[in-house]
Amino acid sequence: MAVLDIRDLSVSYATPRGALKALRDVTMKVPEGKITGIVGESGCGKSTLISAIIRLMAPNAKVGSGEVRFKGEDLLSRSEAEMRALRGTEISMVFQDPMQTHNPVLTVGRQMIDIQYRDKLSKADKRKRATEMLALVGIPDPQARLNQYPFEFSGGMRQRIAIAMALMAKPSLLIADEPTTALDATLEVQIIKRLRELQDEIGCSILFISHHLGVIAELCDEVVVMYAGEVVESGTVRDVFHNPAHPYTRALLECDPGHIKVRTRNLPTIPGNIPDLVSLPTGCIFADRCDVRYDACGARPVMATASSGHQAACHLIAEKEPA
Amino acid sequence: MTDITLPKPRSELGEIFHHLIRDPLGLAGLIIVTLIVASALFAPWIAPYDPIALNIPDRLQSPNPAHLMGSDQLGRDTFSRVIWGGRVALQVALPTIAGAIAVGLILGMIAGYGPKWLDSLIVLFFDTVRSFPTVMFALAVVALVGPSLNTVILVIMVTSIPTYGRVVRTLTQSLKEAEFITAEKSLGASTARIMGIHIVPNVLGPLAVLAAMDIPTVVGLEAGLSFLGMGVKPPTPSWGSLLNDGYNLIRNTPWLIVAGGIPLILTTLGFTFLGEALRDVVDPKLRGKGGK
Amino acid sequence: MLSYILRRLGLSAAITVLAVALLFLIIHMIPGDPVSTILGPKASPELRAALEARMGLDRPLPVQIGLFFMNMLRGDLGLDVFSNRPVTQIVLGQVPYTLVLILVSILWSAVLGIALGCYSAVNRNSLGDRLTGVLSVSVIAVPAFVVSLYSLLIFAVKLQWFPAIGAGAPADWGDQLHHLVLPSLAIGLSWVGYIARLVRASMLEVMGEGHIRTARAFGLPERQITYGYALRLAILPTVTVIGVGMGFLLSAAVFTEIVFSRPGLGKLVIDSITTRNYPVVMGSVLVSTLIFVASTTLADIVNAILDPRIRAGK
Repeated sequence: MAVLDIRDLSVSYATPRGALKALRDVTMKVPEGKITGIVGESGCGKSTLISAIIRLMAPNAKVGSGEVRFKGEDLLSRSEAEMRALRGTEISMVFQDPMQTHNPVLTVGRQMIDIQYRDKLSKADKRKRATEMLALVGIPDPQARLNQYPFEFSGGMRQRIAIAMALMAKPSLLIADEPTTALDATLEVQIIKRLRELQDEIGCSILFISHHLGVIAELCDEVVVMYAGEVVESGTVRDVFHNPAHPYTRALLECDPGHIKVRTRNLPTIPGNIPDLVSLPTGCIFADRCDVRYDACGARPVMATASSGHQAACHLIAEKEPA
Repeated sequence: MTDITLPKPRSELGEIFHHLIRDPLGLAGLIIVTLIVASALFAPWIAPYDPIALNIPDRLQSPNPAHLMGSDQLGRDTFSRVIWGGRVALQVALPTIAGAIAVGLILGMIAGYGPKWLDSLIVLFFDTVRSFPTVMFALAVVALVGPSLNTVILVIMVTSIPTYGRVVRTLTQSLKEAEFITAEKSLGASTARIMGIHIVPNVLGPLAVLAAMDIPTVVGLEAGLSFLGMGVKPPTPSWGSLLNDGYNLIRNTPWLIVAGGIPLILTTLGFTFLGEALRDVVDPKLRGKGGK
Repeated sequence: MLSYILRRLGLSAAITVLAVALLFLIIHMIPGDPVSTILGPKASPELRAALEARMGLDRPLPVQIGLFFMNMLRGDLGLDVFSNRPVTQIVLGQVPYTLVLILVSILWSAVLGIALGCYSAVNRNSLGDRLTGVLSVSVIAVPAFVVSLYSLLIFAVKLQWFPAIGAGAPADWGDQLHHLVLPSLAIGLSWVGYIARLVRASMLEVMGEGHIRTARAFGLPERQITYGYALRLAILPTVTVIGVGMGFLLSAAVFTEIVFSRPGLGKLVIDSITTRNYPVVMGSVLVSTLIFVASTTLADIVNAILDPRIRAGK
């Protein structure tokens, strides 16, 4: 069963130019106990998607339609108080920039104790739990470091603290929004490894957002490829990365430096730009930049099955689909 | 060769004016300020009476058709004194602020652009001057040289220098590192050229905002010192001396205080509104912060 | 922490020394001299020489400054021209009145200003926010002595709700408080607007920062986020502004003390100027400068206590 099951989710932002349709009919799942990755360029709607899941959206954002089912129950119909009860307990988050994640004038310990406010534990017990969590994410001398302020930690350390905080309540779903983007490569590897171990230990599901294909390949079981506010391809990491069905995924893989075998002077890029999300093209969202575009692309494609559990929104797949 | 685009100098007055009148607060400020400046300029034509001519039979009148705001203990027409008082207020405020800006601009640019030791020295000077409570300092000087308009102007000017100097210094420091100035420097531009062409135009906007916000303070100080009898000497009509008369006669007539306070409050409101609106135009990143 | 405080105190000491020296020099540079101020223009040369000798004005300038500092360190600011009482004693006797007035004013205005600022930031763009905004801008720059005069006229003379004169009976706390209402209203009013705007702006900035999103993502109660997490940071600029604002508060107190005939530093200065009691004028100016430097120092230290980053010198 899927922990998170998003169906036909559409979100738009009110802007002076009109409604910016940031997400359109997004359908995806996060299976229980698995790590699901979302990959896409900046502006593809990754951030909007996660803020819609935990319902911490910008004031000008509006959910047009769809469902966000968490353990079978639609989060969009929950009250704000019910939502708040879920945040930090059942669903928790790790954000992108570790330098901004913590309150700069409160000690790390205080912040880790504060988020346990729901538990009827003594302060000493809460502190003990915070110490344990810090040890678990690999922070040396955790007891003493609880008394320190965020600025006394490095970026990598702060992200470990963020992960420790997020996992403290043993959530069913951890959402990690580009948690390693701001870190350098060696730290990235360490944190990914630790996240994987912790996931095994706690048994939670993880929704991992990244634009870094290597990280997704390393860490995730399933992957969802997003482009300009739509899901264009989804499946297991193996299927999607080794046998990409959507032209966009193929282009993305070709541009990934880790994937390039032949040394070239210039990194390849996908020509063209993301379409204007205020006035959308009528047909396939990727048609403008697609190198295999043909007549059918004037109409919007639906998700078609490429192989079992592997789908892509491309007319070429639909044609090949075993009817 | 790359294209170096300079930040647009914000001296397009038409543009600024356009923004100002679209902001209700800015429009209100503009109207009030225009009224005050106009009435000060045209005081001889607007004021119905001589502001210092005695008219004992008409003393201490309440507002009536002949004396719109009543009259004082010597029968002088309060409305005429209010109008002429605006002249005195601006006569003090404008040279004071112009002087403070000029000195602040020079010191601030030297501090921001010059060597570190000079910077520290100037900043220390700013901090020192700022550490005198303005009114106390002014009173100490007045105690020695006696009350006069020039004393007031000089004292307020000296104590206002740090306000402008600090802003110019900060702006200069950040501009110094800006790409277009580094580019100019690498092309061999002289310090004077960089200062004159790039720094000065870019700090003028923020300085104008600061000046608009500062005018009420200066006008208030002048009125305050005159109220204490330490500013302009009688019989010169000043809003402060009007209030002093009113204070002494508070149990006889309320009108002097009411009439003396209103132009001060209006000046304050007008220039503050204008300054606020101007800041929104000059520094758009402060406007409509947020959304997403 | 200790090293920060020591460094800060060192800076304050330097500024104090400079300020005093500068004050001394300015007084010497401007036309007019203490002797004619005290004696008036028609004094005989003998009398002038005698007073100059008594005040040490016949010595070279550096010696005068040196002596002045020596005396100041000993707490000696000279003698009152008329009563021959030590100036220090006279000035310090008035300081409590002014300090109480200033502290009460800033206390009520800070509490109200912070509350309004928080309200405005939380209910951004609501009618209440807009109203608070316009009112704040409106009261910010209205001179304190105009508010003093209007409140004196309305509440003391016309309505007679509050006393118009003095600081109240020495032993009667209620009476003293009653006498404090109008003066502290006059001084604090513009600060309410100022602090409200400041807190609103810095609250909005802080509320947009990443750590607030984190706190929300952990489901912390909105009250705790606003007051425990955001305000805790947003208050920092206000502390600095109040510290620096001591100069304005002292100035406002001068007017207010005159309008309400309250004892205090301001009243002392004005009375001394009128009676040409030059040493007392200088002593009062000096003491108010010291108060101002002390308050900015205190504000910085409070900020260091509230913000660990300042403590660490980051």
